[in-house]
Amino acid sequence: MRWFWYASPQTFYPLAGKLARWCGFAAALLSAAGLYIGFFVAPTDAQQGEAYRIIFIHVPAAWMSMFIYVVMAFWAALGLALNTRLSGMMASALAPTGALFTFIALWTGALWGRPTWGAYWVWGDARLMSELILLFLYFGFMALHASIDDPRRADRAAGLLALVGVVNIPIIYYSVKWWNTLHQGASVSLTSAPKMAATMLSGMLVMALAFWMYSIAAAMLRVRCIIRERGA
Amino acid sequence: MRVVVWRELLVAMRRRSDVGTVLLFFVIVVSLFPLGIGADPDKLRVLAPGIIWVAALLSSMLSLGRLFAADYADGTLEQMLLGAAPLGATAAAKAFAHWLVSGLPLVAIAPLLALQYDLPAGLYGMLALSLLLGTPVLSLIGGIGAALTLGVRGGGVLLALLVLPLYVPVLVMGAGSVEMASAGLGGQGQLLILGAMLIVAAAFAPWATAAALRISSE
Amino acid sequence: MSEFFHMGGYAWYVWGSYAVTFACLAIEMVLLLKRSREAKT
Repeated sequence: MRWFWYASPQTFYPLAGKLARWCGFAAALLSAAGLYIGFFVAPTDAQQGEAYRIIFIHVPAAWMSMFIYVVMAFWAALGLALNTRLSGMMASALAPTGALFTFIALWTGALWGRPTWGAYWVWGDARLMSELILLFLYFGFMALHASIDDPRRADRAAGLLALVGVVNIPIIYYSVKWWNTLHQGASVSLTSAPKMAATMLSGMLVMALAFWMYSIAAAMLRVRCIIRERGA
Repeated sequence: MRVVVWRELLVAMRRRSDVGTVLLFFVIVVSLFPLGIGADPDKLRVLAPGIIWVAALLSSMLSLGRLFAADYADGTLEQMLLGAAPLGATAAAKAFAHWLVSGLPLVAIAPLLALQYDLPAGLYGMLALSLLLGTPVLSLIGGIGAALTLGVRGGGVLLALLVLPLYVPVLVMGAGSVEMASAGLGGQGQLLILGAMLIVAAAFAPWATAAALRISSE
Repeated sequence: MSEFFHMGGYAWYVWGSYAVTFACLAIEMVLLLKRSREAKT
């Protein structure tokens, strides 16, 4: 029952502020821990040397890029189905952060690819292409939202677009399994033992949590701005 | 349903110049590439499927902006929203009419253009078939974009930005089928995936387009 | 210490990645705080 009380932008506003502060602190602590593990605890990789340390940013950013899109699509669906204002605002609040992490995943991936594969970018690899398409989907969402003056119509139109694009997420995720081109397959899965050293894995997971906390903080801050700007 | 399709076709036939413009654009774009990348016949032969596919994609996208604009302007769209026919059926009919005008002609003329690129005759069938399966998907997905951007400033370019990322899988599979066939590996896998995309698009896109039309008309 | 910065020869790639990442996140935060301040007026 309490959930519906928070569905109003006015009542959600202070909660968002609290979440932003707590998650911000958590993000800072977790990144410090994650970076410490990544640089001082995890050993040097046998094949890739120190270059592999990019993994502590690349993989968490890629995970967040997909996760944020799914959450955004969830809020969009909720907004379209229940016609709630806050749902649409949440979707808009998430988009820029999601786009940012997608860019970071692509950028760090390129810088990791250069010393290990010999190329910054490879056309024809399914995962790279789908991640690039994801970036364009985020941009499309933001561009469509920005071109419609009425905020409610903008939320609904962009929300529908987000839902249409959500089919891209499983494609990114499973692309490394379906097509064996260049990007390495999954080393981490929910069901089987990871194929990497425990310290590397923990560093990655801690950084992933850090990015998650950061995303919540950013989204909460942004939704507060949107609530104020729309005079809700 | 048949009435709706027939009406759309009649409107399209009256604007016969539309078919001509799309075809002309297609031909010009395909002819531009050799001018830009040089006339090396081997290079052109390799690039032909991709170039023809990209040109088809862009040509099909050209007329999307007009898909609903005229009806939006003269009030017909409101009639459709209130009308007896389910909006999804109307959206599907619109996409079908769009394909007949902006997609099917491309399928017919593509082998002729492939001649320009010295594409081996054995691949013409694959090229035409891939376009035959792919262009309807483009029309169906394009309909969603056209409905979302109805009356929005930024118009055509915004429509392209929204719709092109969704077109990419179709392009990859379509051009890929011909490229696989030319490498002797048979493009059936890609064609099957294209077929699957067509089925999924035909099932879901009209529904999404209808939802978008309702959102745009509030 | 210099080994740390050198990153086995991969300094540009590793630090280039980390630097751009933290710059992006920092810029996002700064822009958000600015937007927040302007929204409160």
